[in-house]
Amino acid sequence: MSNDTRQFLHGVRAALPVIASITPFSLLFGALAAEQSLSLAEVVLMSVLLYAGASQMVGIELFGADIAPWIVVFSILAVNFRHVLYSAAMGKTIRHFALAPKALAFFVMTDPQFAVTEKHAEGGAPVTPAWYFGLGVPCYAMWIAGSVLGAVFGNLIGDPRATGVDFLLPLYFLGLVMGFRGRAMWLPVVGVSGAVSVGAHQIVGTPWHISVGALAGVIVAVALAGRHVGERPA
Amino acid sequence: MDPTTLTIIAFGAVATYLTRIGGHVVLSRFSSIPPRVEAALEAVPAAVLAAIVAPYFVYEGLAESLTLVVAALLALRVPAIPLLVIGWAMVMALRQVL
Repeated sequence: MSNDTRQFLHGVRAALPVIASITPFSLLFGALAAEQSLSLAEVVLMSVLLYAGASQMVGIELFGADIAPWIVVFSILAVNFRHVLYSAAMGKTIRHFALAPKALAFFVMTDPQFAVTEKHAEGGAPVTPAWYFGLGVPCYAMWIAGSVLGAVFGNLIGDPRATGVDFLLPLYFLGLVMGFRGRAMWLPVVGVSGAVSVGAHQIVGTPWHISVGALAGVIVAVALAGRHVGERPA
Repeated sequence: MDPTTLTIIAFGAVATYLTRIGGHVVLSRFSSIPPRVEAALEAVPAAVLAAIVAPYFVYEGLAESLTLVVAALLALRVPAIPLLVIGWAMVMALRQVL
């Protein structure tokens, strides 16, 4: 087996828990989109081009309402705004990628793709394009396949709350949060980020609570790092 | 396909891709990254994921809050897939009882 193949398969293995937690949402997205009378082609196009679950949900919710198109686009932008932070952080991890794979790598950079990649790099393992796309391609393919299945068999999918699948994604994200506990200032960052997000959820509402909470956590990290730098004897 | 829907999907896709490359494009213009920015970037994954998960601890209900607390502790020891299975079973059971 070539090294690239081995790396790719390692990536695929890392994709399994991601697929387990995102597939219910792709089914749900497809089902809701079909309910909003989006055609199958539109459902597929959305999953292929956006590949961003939360913003796709928001998008189809607003398609149904009588809302100006630019507001829908702006809402999609708002939900996806957190990617700017990911992108800034991940650039360093994949800086050795050539231009085309790098451009593609950012295209498939979802929450789990980013978090699993950062975690992989943290362990000292090299993030090769083969590993990265071994993780990314199955997730992308499953996301599209799930949206199609959801759109076609939507009425067979029961209430996600009754089957408990609505809870898989937060569980998975929680596991990822805990996975980063070795990082500098993890506890203050997570504490402040979480608390501000909960408050912002009430005050400014979804989806802004995510960006607001995350920014608060990042500011705490910067403030504490500044204190550290200041403490260092010159 | 409805032209308005298509336009929204196309612009939504462009906007999404811009958020995905934006941070990197801006940062790559600087030759060296100051320590404070470095610290900020280091905090990004935990900060964003915590901001996504935190409201589930508070606004979903007792079954969900309890499950997440237990799952957070379990995550110290248990890998992702078993954590999903245990957490899913627990929230299902608690939703029946509570």
